Amino acid sequence: MALKVENKSIVVPGETLAEGMDFLPGEGAFREGEIVISSRLGLVNVDGRAIKIIPLAGTYLPKVGDRIICKVFDLTYSGWRVKTNTAYAAMLSMKEATSEYIEHGADLNKYFTIGEYIVAKIINVTGQNLIDISLKGPGLNKLKPGRIIEVDPCKVPRIIGKQGSMVSMVKNSTGCNIIVGQNGLIWLRGEPEDEMLAIECIKKIEKESHKQGLTEEIEKFLKDKTGGVIKKPPVMEEDEPRERREPRRDSRSPPYRGGPRRDSRSGPRNFNRDNRRQRR
Amino acid sequence: MTYTKRKDKRKMDETRPIIAKVGIIPNAKGSASFTIGKTTAYAAVYGPRELHPKFLQDPKTGKLRCNYNMMPFSGTGERIRPGPSRRSKEISMVTQNALASVMDLSDYPNTVVDVFVEIPQADAGTRCAGICAASMALADAGFKMKDIPVSIAIAVADNKTVFADPDYAEETLNQTGEAEHVADIAVTILPRTGQVTHLQMDGMVSKEKLFEALEMAKAVTKKINETLKVALKEQFKVEASK
Repeated sequence: MALKVENKSIVVPGETLAEGMDFLPGEGAFREGEIVISSRLGLVNVDGRAIKIIPLAGTYLPKVGDRIICKVFDLTYSGWRVKTNTAYAAMLSMKEATSEYIEHGADLNKYFTIGEYIVAKIINVTGQNLIDISLKGPGLNKLKPGRIIEVDPCKVPRIIGKQGSMVSMVKNSTGCNIIVGQNGLIWLRGEPEDEMLAIECIKKIEKESHKQGLTEEIEKFLKDKTGGVIKKPPVMEEDEPRERREPRRDSRSPPYRGGPRRDSRSGPRNFNRDNRRQRR
Repeated sequence: MTYTKRKDKRKMDETRPIIAKVGIIPNAKGSASFTIGKTTAYAAVYGPRELHPKFLQDPKTGKLRCNYNMMPFSGTGERIRPGPSRRSKEISMVTQNALASVMDLSDYPNTVVDVFVEIPQADAGTRCAGICAASMALADAGFKMKDIPVSIAIAVADNKTVFADPDYAEETLNQTGEAEHVADIAVTILPRTGQVTHLQMDGMVSKEKLFEALEMAKAVTKKINETLKVALKEQFKVEASK
């Protein structure tokens, strides 16, 4: 008939949340007979009739649409394999990596090589948690030199804040560029001391994520450290799209670049050039 | 001669003092320590991670893998030979079976969750302490569980006296001549439902006394469960009061 625990209180697995059929078990809870029971460690969230548990610890589960930071660890025939900070590797296919035409048998190291970090978007997850990622979209690219830190993936929403309020506050106080991946990896770049401050701040948010009024506390913390100076991070210049580096070749009016015109011996090349048009 | 009064003046259903802590190993996904009297167990949880060799993988669910180890200096003098032994392999398996039934790892197919249980100091009841520490560590790591399994040893002296949580001196009453025979029953119980996930026994006991021991175990595990719950919640409360 009634709730057995207070809303927003911390519960452990196996704790009775409510009795009777008036409540429905949501994420992190289950029903056994008449009672609703918690199945994980977290905060109770009662929303109407549904009771769910907001986890305070846990693992990242890949979701379509998430922006994650991952590390290239393998080159395959058709693309790259990347580590995602989960138990599962993701696949970045050539098609999703760049809009540039990659010749058959080209050296993929030219684009991404082992050990490099990228920000990518998850475009597909199978039932067996095989992940496909893409680099097509704004802000998705290879990461520039900086620091990568790891946080608990459950705390990522708190670190980002509502509409990114928390992370932009950290950015503007420390002058660091920060990219937060949903999988719990965070990339930052700035002056060394600023980076250290930003890391300290992120770790503080991670540790105290269950508190109420955390934004104000972090604001105060940053004010104490920086003296309230607002330091905008340098604007990150978007990497020039690769195809613009080489002069664009348009098949409708191929520019005459001097030298002999290609004859039939370079047939495959011409063939490829046509292919390229179609791909765009 | 029967054993009617306990050596350390405990009540028959009283355990040794318990200290439970959570989050003691920062590198691990979840960790806990469980101290009961002079027995201490640490547990650390890692993963889910890829399971190798591949044929062990289960495409339907993640697997739990436990490893129990007694540290070389954990005994009462003799150095314990390091490395896996017949005994530690058995306890690893038993720990795994005691915990696996409450875990829901279906979100992590083809993976393994590793639990490492270390015993830095032993004074009987190490497998029970290990299971308690491991179940706390798994909860701390944020895995979905039906309940927090609690393990306890119940001893029966001369098929007459039933008492909870024997220490080493009580486990060896037959060696000191204070009792003819001691049966040592290690049992893991889900406190909410009273279901038994693990039951082992050394020695002999009558059916009636076994049931009496199990009833005692149910009551004792309920109490221990409260201690574990407090320990799991404390890590958040302490920070909140700062």
